[in-house]
Amino acid sequence: MEHIRFILIQNRAGKTRLAKWYMQFDDDEKQKLIEEVHAVVTVRDAKHTNFVEVICVADSLSVLQFRNFKIIYRRYAGLYFCICVDVNDNNLAYLEAIHNFVEVLNEYFHNVCELDLVFNFYKVYTVVDEMFLAGEIRETSQTKVLKQLLMLQSLE
Amino acid sequence: MPAVSKGDGMRGLAVFISDIRNCKSKEAEIKRINKELANIRSKFKGDKALDGYSKKKYVCKLLFIFLLGHDIDFGHMEAVNLLSSNKYTEKQIDSMDSVKQSAALCLLRLYKASPDLVPMGEWTARVVHLLNDQHMGVVTAAVSLITCLCKKNPDDFKTCISLAVSRLSRIVSSASTDLQDYTYYFVPAPWLSVKLLRLLQCYPPPEDAAVKGRLVECLETVLNKAQEPPKSKKVQHSNAKNAILFETISLIIHYDSEPNLLVRACNQLGQFLQHRETNLRYLALESMCTLASSEFSHEAVKTHIDTVINALKTERDVSVRQRAADLLYAMCDRSNAKQIVSEMLRYLETADYAIREEIVLKVAILAEKYAVDYSWYVDTILNLIRIAGDYVSEEVWYRVLQIVTNRDDVQGYAAKTVFEALQAPACHENMVKVGGYILGEFGNLIAGDPRSSPPVQFSLLHSKFHLCSVATRALLLSTYIKFINLFPETKATIQAVLRAGSQLRNADVELQQRAVEYLTLSSVASTDVLATVLEEMPPFPERESSILAKLKRKKGPGAGSALDDGRRDPSSNDINGGVEPTPSTVSTPSPSADLLGLRAAPPPAAPPASAGAGNLLVDVFDGPAAQPSLGPTPEEAFLSELEPPAPESPMALLADPAPAADPGPEDIGPPIPEADELLNKFVCKNNGVLFENQLLQIGVKSEFRQNLGRMYLFYGNKTSVQFQNFSPTVVHPGDLQTQLAVQTKRVAAQVDGGAQVQQVLNIECLRDFLTPPLLSVRFRYGGAPQALTLKLPVTINKFFQPTEMAAQDFFQRWKQLSLPQQEAQKIFKANHPMDAEVTKAKLLGFGSALLDNVDPNPENFVGAGIIQTKALQVGCLLRLEPNAQAQMYRLTLRTSKEPVSRHLCELLAQQF
Repeated sequence: MEHIRFILIQNRAGKTRLAKWYMQFDDDEKQKLIEEVHAVVTVRDAKHTNFVEVICVADSLSVLQFRNFKIIYRRYAGLYFCICVDVNDNNLAYLEAIHNFVEVLNEYFHNVCELDLVFNFYKVYTVVDEMFLAGEIRETSQTKVLKQLLMLQSLE
Repeated sequence: MPAVSKGDGMRGLAVFISDIRNCKSKEAEIKRINKELANIRSKFKGDKALDGYSKKKYVCKLLFIFLLGHDIDFGHMEAVNLLSSNKYTEKQIDSMDSVKQSAALCLLRLYKASPDLVPMGEWTARVVHLLNDQHMGVVTAAVSLITCLCKKNPDDFKTCISLAVSRLSRIVSSASTDLQDYTYYFVPAPWLSVKLLRLLQCYPPPEDAAVKGRLVECLETVLNKAQEPPKSKKVQHSNAKNAILFETISLIIHYDSEPNLLVRACNQLGQFLQHRETNLRYLALESMCTLASSEFSHEAVKTHIDTVINALKTERDVSVRQRAADLLYAMCDRSNAKQIVSEMLRYLETADYAIREEIVLKVAILAEKYAVDYSWYVDTILNLIRIAGDYVSEEVWYRVLQIVTNRDDVQGYAAKTVFEALQAPACHENMVKVGGYILGEFGNLIAGDPRSSPPVQFSLLHSKFHLCSVATRALLLSTYIKFINLFPETKATIQAVLRAGSQLRNADVELQQRAVEYLTLSSVASTDVLATVLEEMPPFPERESSILAKLKRKKGPGAGSALDDGRRDPSSNDINGGVEPTPSTVSTPSPSADLLGLRAAPPPAAPPASAGAGNLLVDVFDGPAAQPSLGPTPEEAFLSELEPPAPESPMALLADPAPAADPGPEDIGPPIPEADELLNKFVCKNNGVLFENQLLQIGVKSEFRQNLGRMYLFYGNKTSVQFQNFSPTVVHPGDLQTQLAVQTKRVAAQVDGGAQVQQVLNIECLRDFLTPPLLSVRFRYGGAPQALTLKLPVTINKFFQPTEMAAQDFFQRWKQLSLPQQEAQKIFKANHPMDAEVTKAKLLGFGSALLDNVDPNPENFVGAGIIQTKALQVGCLLRLEPNAQAQMYRLTLRTSKEPVSRHLCELLAQQF
């Protein structure tokens, strides 16, 4: 049952800029995870891999979710983009999924910067939902995603 | 505020966010937030109906506040109301593609939430057909759905294989720009390719030769492309390309049937081992680890040993070093064991604390498994204790004692080496334990050398005594009493030590008792008695290395499998199965558990030898003629350690022809109708009445240890008339003979009225089994022949060894048993009142350990254990979720063997 457990964007100070959960966690667990991700990711440098294994626990309604997870992350300026997946998921595929997502943001916001994510956080969620759904990669074509986003925007 | 100018910002929201950002302190921020919350609250509660824009703005503000980490306790209804806005929902549906995509993933979400909700059958074909959709986005979503669904119903979705292969083939062979929108940095549809390759890993290689041919071609193309010059220097290009490559290699490893591809995969990974990108080196090490266990690629993996050792020494990222250590472990065999072990020892000196214990276990296993001469093994373990004494667990040093005890060619060397190691001014307490034990047993072998004469040995050990923990001091006291036997010249010195007030009146009861008993023993017993009581330990019965079991517990199943299955090194079992197999007795407990008896009892019990001695004192005092009897006493099972190995091994006993009168299976009748019900009563308990009618009562008492068991059957004649030709026999239906060996003792052919006869059964579980043996009882009562066939209450769970583990280990193992066929689940109605204590007792009776604080829901039960059979061990994890409201349970079993999961699940489900 591999799928994305959550997507997190944090800055270096640990402020959350986006948190999208694809699995049942209660608020305390979420907060703990956010802190843990920040702690493990920010200490790593270019000589380290873009992957960190973590262990988190949650009891979703359907199945036992005692699992070992890994965080696949990439740093852009002061922002860490993190995707949490199953340990045996394909690291590089998710690493590039992050980049694909960032390129879409960049196109959508015209040279995206952290402030765009702050002031337009609700739009960032829309971008996420276009590209990821139910914890799966939904759409990978940047052209398609941007087209859809513009269409949605025109409806506002 | 750069963002506001772009697009259609909500001005009020932007202002609010700016305000927050301008706050100079946390207090100011909280103040601003509270002000805003009050404002929003009043707006929501106000009489004036809010328009959609305002609602949206306020909900966004609330969301932003929530994102900052503040609790939001209102506004939910307004958010929900927004959903019904007709602003865009009606127009949202503009293209069928998007709908199909979302529908597929929505179905996936539904299925995960509630599998029963999603009907199969008619849907299957339609879902599979989505793989042919002309829109890649739809295919991408569909593959995710199918990958999930097919795990539960592999056969229903079998048709997806050929579709997936042809889709993959079209992508892989397309030019780098063919797929337009779906080409990412010159790589055609990388994510879809990865997903398709993962889907194929749910199945064995395609049966259809044409499909298989096409797939192999794809895999080769991917491997070929890896050798082509990159189409772009960008890391995105190489990452996307390598994402596909690694998934391809995973599939090749999954199939494990194409030697050519496996070796090519290995060579490719070999190139990555030296790549400048840390990510690639890490992934290559990880992937190679699985290649090392394939017989086709093991040799190819071994050629990279130097690079891997170098990685262990130089990588900056600890997780990369850890992978390197894993790989070294996986690639180790007789040819490179010395090199690998010495490199790992060297690494241990600087290794991160978090992984030291694991490295220690690995070194200990490799050293034992591939030892050519045992002096090397002894050196290695002592080095382990020297370098990382704190991380050397009991299993490790117990094991070295077992091996030294069982191999007389290494005993002298071991004594000499520990003696030297103990000379170090600061040596680890584990070294004192090993040294104390070995010198107590084999100190005589080096006593000829004046430098290690008995008094020197004693004073060396005793110099450490006062710094040691109670457990170690207890062990040393036993060493001292053994010295009195080995070296009579030390008797006076040692007696003086024992007699000292600090021993005789020690506050610790265990130490005091030992001092008192040993002192008395040494003064009262004759030399002969002493010599018998304090005799050298008999060889330990051979079992699987307990260290391996420990590593498996740490790492989950499969961790030791490369070494375990002996596939690559069939000879190793004979030479290095640890120690020569020695005859084992039925009641012999696990060697690690009771080797020193330190772990079994909460206050450290004496080592078996001295525990025996303690018990013998009774005999000694009872009468001068008391014969030191070393036989096991039933109430003290651990004493059986002392029992000299039985003259015949159980196997030899089993090979004895069965009693001549043993009828073939065809002679016995079918089990009585209630046989299953009677059997069920014994799943969670070992003793009780198995059967009763007007004539006969059959009682059962049984005990099981590891893969062995002993059962007592009591046949009671309830009448006043003698039974004649009384003959109870055990029959193995079907294949059971190869799975379970039951050796029965014959009983008297006559059972007097009102009398009871007892029959002893020795049971050995050879491998996992599903059906119990049959017990056929026949006799004549008043001239009339009586026959009765029951199911003998021996079920696979009797060979459970409970395993305690921390939550973290449990999760890890649980995860590793994630193949659908490894899991069995049952949802059923409660047949008995749902009482947590009763449930607990039943689960414990079932044999697994109950793990507390693992399941986040305290109502649930989580258990773990290992089924011990002669041929293999099966790790089992279980979880029972009671639902008091519905009076139902859900039971989930995961084991490494499919039939075992199902069988255990069925057995246990009938108990509640």
